[in-house]
Amino acid sequence: MTRKILPLALVSAVAVAALAAQAKAPTALKSVDVKLPKSVHALPDGPGLAVVHNTCLGCHSAGMIMNQPAMPKAAWEVEVNKMRNVYKAPVAEKDIPTIVEYLTAVKGPK
Amino acid sequence: MSNTSLFRAALTRRQLMRQAGIAGLATLASPAWAETMVTLPFPGGVGDRPITTAFPQKGAMVLQRTRPPLLETPFEVYDTGVFTPNDRFFVRWHWAVIPTSVDVDSFRLNVHGHVNKPLSLTLKDVLALPQFEIAAVNQCSGNSRGFFAPRVAGGEWGNGAMGNARWTGVRLKDVLDRAGVKAGAVQVRFNGLDKPVVKDGPDFIKSLAVDHARDGEVMIAYAMNGQQLPLLNGFPLRVIVPGWYATYWVKMLNDIEVLDSPDTNFWMKTAYTIPDTPHADMKPGQAGVKMVPINRMNPRSFITNVKSGETIPAGKPAVVRGIAFGGDTGVKRVDLSADGGKTWHTTHLGRDEGRYGFRRWETRFTPAAKGPATLMVRCTNSSGEAQPTQANWNPAGFMRNVIESTPVSVA
Repeated sequence: MTRKILPLALVSAVAVAALAAQAKAPTALKSVDVKLPKSVHALPDGPGLAVVHNTCLGCHSAGMIMNQPAMPKAAWEVEVNKMRNVYKAPVAEKDIPTIVEYLTAVKGPK
Repeated sequence: MSNTSLFRAALTRRQLMRQAGIAGLATLASPAWAETMVTLPFPGGVGDRPITTAFPQKGAMVLQRTRPPLLETPFEVYDTGVFTPNDRFFVRWHWAVIPTSVDVDSFRLNVHGHVNKPLSLTLKDVLALPQFEIAAVNQCSGNSRGFFAPRVAGGEWGNGAMGNARWTGVRLKDVLDRAGVKAGAVQVRFNGLDKPVVKDGPDFIKSLAVDHARDGEVMIAYAMNGQQLPLLNGFPLRVIVPGWYATYWVKMLNDIEVLDSPDTNFWMKTAYTIPDTPHADMKPGQAGVKMVPINRMNPRSFITNVKSGETIPAGKPAVVRGIAFGGDTGVKRVDLSADGGKTWHTTHLGRDEGRYGFRRWETRFTPAAKGPATLMVRCTNSSGEAQPTQANWNPAGFMRNVIESTPVSVA
């Protein structure tokens, strides 16, 4: 009896694949106009938050920071300098320590 | 918040964690946890993500980042078939200036540089070229980055930054031939409509060797799975590079430049580079490693119908199935181990939809001994390359393809 399980399941997998294969590509394209959602997630409060808001969140939403793993101060220094030097984030040199301190406090090893 | 509701929140949280397999989903009733969440089981945690339905032309997706969008395919989608539905296909953008409207009449694809006759093609011109179709896996270079140990910075993906589609469009070769590539051409560079947010930020552009670009498989797609592309997947045109990582699959393609010298732009020379070592593997902090641009994909396989931590009845046959892909070639074999890698059993492969696509695999086994067990799945591709038993490591979190392990309990 158990022998029947496998062929049946395989047949269903093949059926799904065959359905997709039948789809015909469009012969003309239609214009698209969409709206992208705004971020609803905020950064946690802490010293330096205003600076981080003004310098980091222009390019990416808060989730990019909050979803990073816990990283030590030296690793956050590398990230902030990368954002500034490579991706040209508008970070004043004097603000780098403030941003690094904030990130280490919020996303450093606990 | 009352003590009772605090307790309930904590309980819900534990339930969430318990269900958190590769794709454990939990709908939470407590107002404090009103969002549907998924927990990606990363080493060191920080794997909780909301499920979002807020993005245009997209169904329920794992929200990695709102702007610019990073959306992951919920893992259970891969159990539904070998073609990933367009509205569940993962999304990844580098810069946040993304046009939200594209007019099909005014759009132009420009071809210029080291060519005899520069072109400015309308979409009608493109659709009038000979049609080409191929099934191919589109996988982010950093798919599964969140599982790296030690962890690395970047988009903290689970295993859902990959998808398989049937791509319809035209061969890049046919477009290049109409422009007439001049002798001495070295690379072909692609640019899309997205732009850096900041002045002087490096625009996202990628290049392929001219022979690769003209191999008759690299193509420009105007449809995926029979429909025009969702805007976030690159409408109206996208480069398709079968067998290679998604970084080369430039979205909203509107500019092709033929180069007579190697491309040294940031996205080729610095970003998206890997150690030139087997499995792109190196030690954290290792110095003097030669880096090269990321290129071909490697084989991978996944169980899609058994979640981590699930209970399987002893003495009864269990069906285990999933998906596999060979990387830059087809799937030769998929093997399953039910004893943590001591013994391996060949599985049955589903229909071959093309060597660059997902392949379904399936098998049946009867767990005998009660207690904890580890299911493992291993793909060997047509070139004979098998997934490694040890996870690789590199600072950018690229090319993970270690054999996946799924702990279960037999009861």
